[in-house]
Amino acid sequence: MSLKSLDTASESYDAIVIGSGLGGLTTANRLANAGHSILLVEHHHQLGGLATWFKRKGHIFDVSLHGFPYGMVKTCRKYWNRAIMDSIVQLKNIVFDNPQFSLQTTFERQDFTDILQNKFGIKNEVIQNFFSTIGSMNFYDDQSMTTRELFEKFFPGRSDVHRLLMEPITYANGSTMEDPAITYGIVFSNFMNKGVFTFKGGTDQLIGMMEEELVKNGVKICTRAKVNRIVIEKGQVRGVMAEGNGEERFIQAPCVISNSGILNTINNLAGKDAFPKEFQEATNKVRVNNSSCQVYIGIKDGEIIDDVGDLLFTSKAEHFSSEELLDMHTKSKTFSVYYPKTRPGHNRYTIVASMNARYDDWAHLTDDNYQQEKDNLIKRTMSDLEKYLPGVTDKCDWLEAATPKTFHRYTFHTKGTSFGTKFEGLDVSRSISKVVKGLFHVGSVGIIMSGWLGAINYGVIVANDADAYLRS
Amino acid sequence: MTLEEIKNVIIEIIQDIDEDADLSSLNPKEALRDQLDLDSMDFLDIVMELRKRYKIQIPEADYPELASLDSCVNYLGPRLQSS
Repeated sequence: MSLKSLDTASESYDAIVIGSGLGGLTTANRLANAGHSILLVEHHHQLGGLATWFKRKGHIFDVSLHGFPYGMVKTCRKYWNRAIMDSIVQLKNIVFDNPQFSLQTTFERQDFTDILQNKFGIKNEVIQNFFSTIGSMNFYDDQSMTTRELFEKFFPGRSDVHRLLMEPITYANGSTMEDPAITYGIVFSNFMNKGVFTFKGGTDQLIGMMEEELVKNGVKICTRAKVNRIVIEKGQVRGVMAEGNGEERFIQAPCVISNSGILNTINNLAGKDAFPKEFQEATNKVRVNNSSCQVYIGIKDGEIIDDVGDLLFTSKAEHFSSEELLDMHTKSKTFSVYYPKTRPGHNRYTIVASMNARYDDWAHLTDDNYQQEKDNLIKRTMSDLEKYLPGVTDKCDWLEAATPKTFHRYTFHTKGTSFGTKFEGLDVSRSISKVVKGLFHVGSVGIIMSGWLGAINYGVIVANDADAYLRS
Repeated sequence: MTLEEIKNVIIEIIQDIDEDADLSSLNPKEALRDQLDLDSMDFLDIVMELRKRYKIQIPEADYPELASLDSCVNYLGPRLQSS
């Protein structure tokens, strides 16, 4: 077992990584590969952050494995290993079903072009212009245009087209029509490149393989260990105060990379006093993204369900609106269907329904109301799922719901955010090392550095910064 | 290091990043990005590898200097002469 308790850690390291989300794991791996001694500290008993899974009654439920862009193939080969890359497979059957349209797609550029042309009657020239516009967007481009303006420019008044283009991305990164168009364009282009991909073997296998690679590269991993404070003296990182088995100890390091949420990192772990006033003000302006609700559905051992698609974007709302998707009683949800092919050898079917949600709607309910809302959430979900899989309710032997409170409990994220921060969080995250020497942040920020691919790539970018600091 | 050696180092690093790339017919004057399937993450990898091997720090503002093989050699030449 490579996950150790905190008392086995040494007195000092070159760098300490707080938290083991995909960003933290990747930074730790890159820095270890570059020859630095690394301690990875995780408060939970398993690694992965929101890239997580849990087991119930023989089922394995994936919390955030819903599909990532093809770019993961190259990223996993370069920053992890070939075996991890080889486990990436395409999800070819993406389904949309709402009062405006019903269709099936591979979510690739050519297929989308055909659909927009033949089903929505958009001229090919307009479609190609749209693709080339979003394909050339960079994160440092002008942010004044919103996604709504982008859509209106190319597809004026076409709320059905806007829905087709926006709905999947809202579920992928929590962005809305009012966010900068670049956050939409960059993420949507990534998916359109070659479609939607997943990890064969499930989240547990991926994180297990990453753990092996980290250990091979010499990373010391301590779980059930919580960092209480980043120790900063005279504007410079000295180490962390961390707690494991009820005992707190100081571990020294000239460099700390926090994979905790950006606001937690600044306000709670480092403490605002460590930062200049201007930086504190910029931090106060960072808006966290929304959270999520999920329903986990386990199909009885031996029961079979039809192949109705890998990822279903469903809604009973007449029109698409970001507000409707966030509503506590939203009529919109995605179903990720995991067939036995997902985990070869583990012959089970599971379904995970995901909805966007606001923390404040759920956080202040009485215990009774909270339980009742959770039960209703499960009932609504099953009634919606029956449309695609008639009789599925009778085939289930596990039903469980997660809410923004659940996300908050396991990740400590501010307001249980499941997609990091809005765009302004990126700048704060990137400039943290300019105001406190040796302190870095990696994690979901700015919408674009979010999702599985965004988190891993951001881990590489931050590892480069930290490496430059350590060698300076 | 001679300029030829620097060029070979760059080619070796790129080959590690993209094993399938054909680097034998690279035009040294033309942008690497136009000849190979390299993205901004790949350039970051080159920067990090150069730092690891030669302790050379390349600030972000200088990344455009790594655009072509020739510009890499011109930029790195004076900085790697002592190694």
